[in-house]
Formats: sequence, C-alpha cells, structure tokens
Amino acid sequence: MTENITKEEEVIAKLDSFAELPDAPPKRKLKLSWVGKAAVGVVVLWMLIVIIGPSIAPYHEMDMEGEDSFLDAYDNFYLGTDYLGRDTLSRILFGARNTIGISILATVLAYCIGITLGIAAAVKGGWTDMIISRINDSILALPSIMLGLIAIAALGSSIPILISIASIIYATSVFRIARALGQDIMVQDFVEAARARGEGLWWIIKSEVLPNAAMPLATDFGLRLVFVVLFISSLSFLGLGVQPPASDWGSMVRENLQGLTYGSYAAIWPAFAIATFTISINLIVDDISAKSGGSLAKKMV
Amino acid sequence: MSEKLFEVKDLRISARNDEGVEIPIVKGVSFDVNKGEVVALIGESGSGKTTISLASLAYTKPGLEFSGGEALLNGEDVLSMAPLRQREIRGANVAYLAQSAAATFNPAITIGEQVTESAVLHGVLTQEEATKRAEALYHALELPDPHRIGYRYPHQVSGGQLQRLMAAMALCGKPDLMVLDEPTTALDVTTQIEVLKAFKKVIKEENAAAIYVTHDLAVVAQIADYIVVLYSGEVMEQGSVDQIINHPTHAYTKRLMAAVRPTPVAGMGEAVGSEHDRQFPAIEVKNMTAGYGGIVDGEPVSTILRNVTVKVDNGHVVGVIGESGCGKSTLARVMAGLLPQAKGNIKLEGQELEGSLHDRKLEELQKVQFVYQMADTALNPKQLIGNILGRPLEFYHGIKGKEKHKKVAEILEMVELPAEFANRYPMELSGGQKQRINMARSLAANPEVMLCDEVTSALDSIVGANVIQLLTNLRNKTGVSFVFISHDLSTVGSFADEIVVLYAGRVVEQGPTDEVLAPPYHPYTRLLISSVPELRIGWLEDTMNKREMAVGIARGVEITKVGCPFFNRCPMAIEGTCEVTDAPNRELKNGHIIACHLTEDQLNEAERETQKILKGFEKVGVDKPHAPASV
Repeated sequence: MTENITKEEEVIAKLDSFAELPDAPPKRKLKLSWVGKAAVGVVVLWMLIVIIGPSIAPYHEMDMEGEDSFLDAYDNFYLGTDYLGRDTLSRILFGARNTIGISILATVLAYCIGITLGIAAAVKGGWTDMIISRINDSILALPSIMLGLIAIAALGSSIPILISIASIIYATSVFRIARALGQDIMVQDFVEAARARGEGLWWIIKSEVLPNAAMPLATDFGLRLVFVVLFISSLSFLGLGVQPPASDWGSMVRENLQGLTYGSYAAIWPAFAIATFTISINLIVDDISAKSGGSLAKKMV
Repeated sequence: MSEKLFEVKDLRISARNDEGVEIPIVKGVSFDVNKGEVVALIGESGSGKTTISLASLAYTKPGLEFSGGEALLNGEDVLSMAPLRQREIRGANVAYLAQSAAATFNPAITIGEQVTESAVLHGVLTQEEATKRAEALYHALELPDPHRIGYRYPHQVSGGQLQRLMAAMALCGKPDLMVLDEPTTALDVTTQIEVLKAFKKVIKEENAAAIYVTHDLAVVAQIADYIVVLYSGEVMEQGSVDQIINHPTHAYTKRLMAAVRPTPVAGMGEAVGSEHDRQFPAIEVKNMTAGYGGIVDGEPVSTILRNVTVKVDNGHVVGVIGESGCGKSTLARVMAGLLPQAKGNIKLEGQELEGSLHDRKLEELQKVQFVYQMADTALNPKQLIGNILGRPLEFYHGIKGKEKHKKVAEILEMVELPAEFANRYPMELSGGQKQRINMARSLAANPEVMLCDEVTSALDSIVGANVIQLLTNLRNKTGVSFVFISHDLSTVGSFADEIVVLYAGRVVEQGPTDEVLAPPYHPYTRLLISSVPELRIGWLEDTMNKREMAVGIARGVEITKVGCPFFNRCPMAIEGTCEVTDAPNRELKNGHIIACHLTEDQLNEAERETQKILKGFEKVGVDKPHAPASV
C-alpha cells in the first residue's frame, strides 16, 4: 500500500515539475553511420586526388609509355594501359581534376542561379513568378543533351563553356525545387508571423525561408552533382566534352569501350571511378538527411 | 454480456534509441474488453493510449516494437499471429477509426465505395449486401439522405458527417471490436454531441465492443462503460465509469478531473479591476465587413464578417466564441492587419489604424500581436528559442547583445520556463512548452493587445488549464488586453471578462461574461451552452432527444446576406421575419447586446420553457420520456 502511495506521489511530482520535457537532452552533433563514414572517406580521397593527383601519377596523362594498348596490369602500370598504350591509373588521377572539378563548379553555379531565381519567384509571386517560370519551362522542355550539343556546336568546346552550359541546364531543375520549397515555406505560420511583425522580405528569406530549405536543397545538391558528372561524362563520351588528349573519366570510358571485347579493363576503371564518387556522395546525403530529422524525434517518443 | 472479447495482458511496447537501448513506452498494461462494452483509455498525450489501442490490430508505429505480453482477441493472441492472419483480422474483426476523418477518406473515391470496401475485400459481405448494410448504417447514424450519401465525395459532406461516415466504414464489416481514436476531439461542441449520440446509438444497436481513446473525461462519462486511466504507459487506475467518475481514488485521476472545465455559468469569470483603464479602448473595430476574394461593389466576393463592432478595453479579456466557420479567426486577422477590411474602421488606442499591414507603422505593429493556434507551425523549426524570442526585442526595441540575452531569460521566466530553453530548438520542447514560447514571442514585443487564436485547443486539458492560468497572471501583471478566440465556451467563460458570440460572421450577442452566460440568451448562445458536455454520467441521454426542439439543431454554418443567419437552426425563428430582415441589436443592461428579433421578454419566456423541458426531462429519465407536467 505504501508502495502505491509513493508511486502516486511520484506521478504528481512529475506533473508539477517540468516533467513534460523530452527525456533526452538535446543532441545536435551529427553522427554518421559507418556507411556514411566510409562514403566520406571515399569522397575525401577523390578530393585529395583532385589536388595532388597529377603529382603522384606515375606517368603524364599524355605519355604513351606502355608496350602495347589494352594491356593488363604489369610493372608500374597498375591498372594496365588504354587504347593508345597510356597508363590508365595516371589518366584517372589526372582526369579527376577535370571530371570532379568541372562538375562541382557547374553544380555550385547551377545552385546559385536556381536558388536565387526560385526563391525570388516564390516570394514575389505574380508576374515575376510567371515570367521566370515560363522561361524556365521552355529550357526544361528541351532535352538536356541536345541542348548541350547545340550550344557546343555553336560556341565550340572549352572548359568554361562546358561549365556554363551544364550550370544553366541544371539550374532549371534547381529552380523548380527551390520555387516549390519556397512556396511551401512562405505559407507557413511562422513566415506570416514574421510578416505581421513587419519584417522585410530579405530578412524573411534569410532567416525563415533559407534555413528551412537548406536541408532538402543539400540533399538535392548531392543528386544534382551526380547528374552533372554523368552529363559531362556523356558529353565527353560523344566527343564534345573535354577534348583529347586531356583525360576525363567520361571520355576514357568511350575511348576504351572497344577494349571490352578483348577482355581489357581499361573502360571499367574510369566507370568505377565515376561510380564510387557519385554513389558516395549520395550515401552521405542520405545519411545526413535521415539523421537530421530522425534521431531526436525517436528519442522523444 | 460479460463474455470476454479482447484481453490485454501485461502488454509491453518499447522503442529503441540510436544506441540500441530499449526505452519502454508501454509498461505492462492489462485490461479486458467484454462484448457489448465500451472501454475508454484516457490520458494525456504521451500516455501511450493510442499505442495501446493500435496493439489490438497488432500494429505499432514505426520505431516501436512489442516487447512482451499478450493481446487476446477471442482467445487468440494477435501479437504472435502470422502476418497473413493479422491481415485477415484487421478490418474484419477489428476496425480502426482515426482521429481525422478528413485525412482518412480518399478524396477521389465516392464515400459509398470506401465504406463498403473493407467488408467486401475481406469477403464478409458481397458488394450488394455491403451497400445495403451501409445504407442501414447511414440511417442509424442519422445521416441525411441515406440512399444517396454514398454516391457523394468526401468533400461534399461536413466534418461531423464525415466522422459518422467513418464509423459506418468501421462498422460495415461487422467487426467484433472497434477502436476509436479521439473521434470527436476535432469537432465543434454542437457537432460533437451529434456524433457522440450517433456513436452511442449504433454501438448499442450493433452490440459491438469498442475501445475509445480520448483525453476528454466529459466525453468518456457519456460513452464508456469502463475506464482505464493511463499515464506514461502505465495504468494509474481502472474501473467502471461510475467508480472512476464519481469516486476516483488515484491522485492523477483526481488531477484530470480537476482540469475538466466546469459548465459555463454566470459568475465564473474573475472581476476586472479598473487599474488598467484608460481614456480609449485598447483596440476597437467598428461596423467592419471583411472577407476574401476581390472587392465587388464594396463587398468582398466571399464575405465572412458583416458589420462587426467589437471593443476591447485596456487590460480586459474579450472572448470570441462560435463554431468553426463563424469568422472568429478572420476577426483576429483583420485586427492584426493580415486581412484588410472592406468596410468599417479599426482604432488602436483611439487612433485610426490602416487596414493593411504594409501601411501600419512599426509602433502600431508592435502593439498588436497575433498568437497562432498551432505552435508547431508558428515557430520556425530552424531557429533557437533564444533567437525566436530575441528577434522582436531587437526588431521593435533595438535591444541587442547581452541585454537581449537577459531579456530573453526574463521573458522565459514570465511564461514559467527555465532560461536554459533559449538554447533549444522548438522540436526539443513539448506541446505545452511550445505554446508558451509562441505566446512569449508576442509578449517580447511588449504589446498592448494580444490576439490569441485557439491557443489552448490543441493542448491536453491539464496543460491547457496551465496556459489559461498563465494568461490570467500575465494580464494581471502587465495589463495587456487579450482577444481570446476559442470554440470552447467553458474556457472562454472561465477566463474572459467580456464575451462576443459570433455566428456566420455576425455578432449575435456580446457583453460582460456574467451577462452573456445568464438569461436572456441569444438562441445560438443557448445552443452552445447546452452542447458543452458535462462531467456527469447520463448527461448525453438527458440532453439528447429533447435537445433539438429546445435549443436548435446542429447544422453547417451558412453565411447569409440578409436576415438572421441562425434562422435555419433556431427553434424560435419567426418565419417571414427572421430570414428577410436583419435582427435588431437589443441593448440590455450593462452593455449586454443581443441581436435577435425576439424581445427581451420573449427571450426570457423562451428560456423558462427551455428550462422546463430540460429539467422535466432530467427527472423523467431516458426510458419514459413524456411531456413535462404543465405548470
């Protein structure tokens, strides 16, 4: 009986204190799962290679030092040779700079353009939204590879042009997402509360809209980066991207495709490089977005 | 009768955190449900009541797992069943009614199809039989036009009707057990009473057993046979409805009972002092008309408020009540400048106020603060509490740096929260705490008027009662005026100094709380008052049958251009007068105004009649209703 009473008292004491607090103290440090950690490792490795790749490569990307084309690994040719007898490993190490560098630059640029216009369209609405959206739709309506081909045919193929074309093409889809997110957030009560307070548009965008759009946009960034890598690679594959003899993962796959029939791995390695980089980015993004929403909510149940 | 249908034995459900540590959510709960019996699980949010009720379907929310105990349905443990067998049981033997019917129905499929779907799917009935049964159920649930309602789409019926249709959906397959999860919580009182009545009737007719999940003791007293009181995943007390309601023994149950707001009667409000009185009212709205859509011929396309005049004195609390769709929130939005009015004017401390937010001065914006209903959406989830509260300080008063921190701590103290909360995100607070932060943000602006839109509606009764207490303290301390919007008459009655009753965008009655809550009543106020459930067993039966003729019927709110909008629900309506001419404002004593075609004497007379009917009925009881003896 006494036990019962103490239990009752305990409950009431809990009610009177701040017992409605969530049990766990707030924990905000991002903790990645082992998959996420491994993916970070891979991305960091590739980034290192972007920086120091050329200096650790056994040969220059253009050196035709191999004894023959499509050889399997021998001596210092750890990954064999390509169709011109160049060292595959060296070309991958050199090519990282082009493939990853161009993609990241293009994606960042696409994001700058897309978010600025997307949020502007969402916040302003009306005619501004109408005009930007229709222009965007018309670009979106063209197949991206076709658009790339035409632009390159007209302007010639150089790395700055590649970057600008990729960024414009991918800005259109970023615009769509940013606008949709912006519109969703703009009708939230907390935005209206800020408006009722008399806040200016810029403050609302900066403090209310962007922080809430950041996570979904970051998730999309990883995805978009992958698309751009593949886009640049496919342009190179068609011979319109990075021009030979400079190396780039996409063009390496194309150049060495015929080698597959001889059982050569020369086309597989660059494909593998593309895969590891893009998949790792996706894994990191997945991990972050899963963790940032889930952990605390789970604790509070 | 006392045959055991469903038995829960030492049920344990737990969650796992990131480190894989088990956190118990339900800690050994046992209770029985007999055939033909309604068992209520009551408790506040987080007590595990929904989690336990879902166990009858062998279902847990993602992230939870059954860690022990049994749930026997007809002697068979549903938790350890093969998944295929569980699937057979769900919908066929156990039916679930979610809280929100609007979210349950698929908007693209007709109601009839959805109601009969599970019965046909489980092979209990053929499509034809199911359609027939559904019609019988519509009839039993007193839905209008039972033959044709099945062909409508969910958006073509009202919220209360949809809730009843959901009951038809659950009952169609003749389940042994129904699980009702807060089915009336989101409804207006007038609608709630209709739904409760229909549920009760149909449960009795079908001799079905039910688990009724709610936090509302007054509702439980009407519908349940047996009550299980839960707190934090444990049973505090269980017993028959009479035992729990009339003789609670556990301290927690007593606490819950105390938080049930009393039936609104005159004299429950606190007297206001005159210490905050000033020359001008804090905010005043005169002959205001407002609505949505463009303005055509000086009137909005969709007019919500028509010719509304409301005055809020300094340091006073004005309660605004009415059913959903009456324009309560619109009134507050006009005052806040979020919706410019079409006609009429607004005055802040005697100064004319522009209708649009953009035209108002910063100082004017600071003086009128709006508090949103849902703290979850009103607080930016990505901002720390410190920043949320600090922003109005900085924005309006230019307080920065250390001083801001100090002020934020002071404001947190004002709403009775610890200062450390400044470093938390809204997600890391409970519902009641978030609502306090929501109000604290408005307080930080140091306003003259706070417009509180249904701030306690989404909270548990104990938490809500605390919030009301907090508001009362704030008012006494700071002299800030409140416009307190609520559909809950008892909350308003216990807190407000004056009450404004809105119906279909018009003020039908206003005046000091004690006057409004005492006769003579406007017929609509009478309906509202009589719809508030009392914490008394048998109240529903007492009120149920004679209610319509005495106080009017529950029906959707229709906004009319001319005449009294309450005409189609009013038991005292004068045909040929009420629907064609606007009701005159009758001024009674102490600034009490009733907009009605009936005179004060007629209203008083009507009230005497109503009392006679209600009283006589209570004495006679449910089983032998006969006309009360004439006096």
